[in-house]
Amino acid sequence: MSKKRKLGRGVAIVGAGMSNFGMFPDKDSKDLFAEAYAEALSSVDKGFDPKDIEAVWIGNFSNDFFVHQAHWGPIIADVAALAPKAVTRTEGACASSTLAMRDGLMAIASGMYDIVLVGGVEEMSKCTTEEVTEGLALATSPYEGQSGYTFPGVFGALATAYFDAYGAGREHLMNITIKSHENAPLNPKAQFKQTIKDLMDAKKARAEKKGKPVPEWKDEKEALWDPSFNPPVAWPMHLYDCCPISDGASCLLLVAEELAKGFTDDPIYIVGYGQGSGRGLHACPSLTSFEANKNAAKEAYGLSGLSPKDIQFAEVHDCFSIAELIHVEDLGFFEAGEGYKAIAEGATRRDGPMPINTSGGLKCKGHPVGATGTAQMFEVWKQLRGEAGERQIPGKDLYIGASQNLGGTGGTCTFSIFERR
Amino acid sequence: MEDRPFSDISYRKFLDEDKLMGSKCKKCGQVYVPPRHFCYECFSEDMEWLEMKGEGELAAYTCIYVGPAFMIEQGYDRKNPYCTGVVKLAEGPRIVGRIEGVDVSKPESIKIGTAMTAEFLHVGEGEDVRSFLAFKPV
Repeated sequence: MSKKRKLGRGVAIVGAGMSNFGMFPDKDSKDLFAEAYAEALSSVDKGFDPKDIEAVWIGNFSNDFFVHQAHWGPIIADVAALAPKAVTRTEGACASSTLAMRDGLMAIASGMYDIVLVGGVEEMSKCTTEEVTEGLALATSPYEGQSGYTFPGVFGALATAYFDAYGAGREHLMNITIKSHENAPLNPKAQFKQTIKDLMDAKKARAEKKGKPVPEWKDEKEALWDPSFNPPVAWPMHLYDCCPISDGASCLLLVAEELAKGFTDDPIYIVGYGQGSGRGLHACPSLTSFEANKNAAKEAYGLSGLSPKDIQFAEVHDCFSIAELIHVEDLGFFEAGEGYKAIAEGATRRDGPMPINTSGGLKCKGHPVGATGTAQMFEVWKQLRGEAGERQIPGKDLYIGASQNLGGTGGTCTFSIFERR
Repeated sequence: MEDRPFSDISYRKFLDEDKLMGSKCKKCGQVYVPPRHFCYECFSEDMEWLEMKGEGELAAYTCIYVGPAFMIEQGYDRKNPYCTGVVKLAEGPRIVGRIEGVDVSKPESIKIGTAMTAEFLHVGEGEDVRSFLAFKPV
């Protein structure tokens, strides 16, 4: 029997900010974080004095590699004009900023601090695609790297195992891609704001202009099957199964529960958090699930006293289409092997019973890896407060949302549950 | 018996010698490839070397069109993709390795469950030789 856990005291989000995500040759990590931080400060309904921030946690995976600068903690604290306050950099590959949130959560719950800033940043687009592929591959397990695996390669291998185990195929993963591209045009901060149909029309127009044969696709899936539209990267992962290379930053202002109403009448409480670690493909217990997810879900549901049925919507880490499918099963939203069928019926669409990645997901919103975790929470914050604009989940009174973040090839997984009271 | 440390460095040196080696927990009998310092089942660090027969079946795979630099140096690219996979060994553990002898231009034709046998690739010359574990259909 595992012991029932409880935070020493409650913690709430009272402000949240996110830079635009995309490829920004004229902005660096400091500029991006400043953009996110300015929005977070101005989002606090009753006003916020930055002098009250007592400590900072900042997630960053690999700016060391991407822009040849390490030790990002003090650089970011300085951007926010917060030196000499304490700052700590957290690293969990693509889950780096969720780890920053976790440290802030634990620090407040313990009584060490009352008010902290947590967030993340990554600056990837100054590298070539080959360099980014190399940089990201540093976060695979060592044996995978030596066998020629890339990031998409590991997820491609998981997809073949899933297809074989449950009878799914590429056409099922396409449903995830099409759905993400339907949500993204409604998110003004997203990197790709086009639907698959928009992209098909653009390709047809280009062909016509150049006097080349104009492709005749009858629908989105026919285009996605066409390698001239959707070339393979690491079969069965094709271009439209993969998230892009992005720059961006995001952050949250966390405060002790008893202080929250002084900042806003509508704080968002962090009621569940869990995290897990995982081994490589050679040693993980299953090739159709992430062991780190299972541990994270068990911890987060245990801490919150909630179950999968209670979660009304979630942002999950769709670095690759197959990842979204595995996550929604690992977290208990759907039974193992059933997720792809529910997705085909529209269950995870914005107007479906279990909306997933209303932001457009990593696929379309973008994935500046160190910024992604707290950016997912930014979307949950927006949705729970009814501030998601055109992409607001329709027809539901939202009070419980969640975010799931994955680092590496499943080496780190986190699951966070948020409540509006 | 071998007295090399149960490390990744030893594992790779064995690959240089065309051997696929794992460690077996002397306390509970669990087998690990690559070798481990501590047993997951009983936390013992009392291990012994065990050579794998190199037989197993394909458990997962991917055909990679955009590879890392060291694969590009070996001549692989969008026009010449390569296959890498996961093989479940007859002794129980899974291991990752390159997959040779399959039609990479038709990834759908590669079948999970195919019986595989290990081969050892040695790339480069002299001091620079690097060894890679690979498998091919039986």
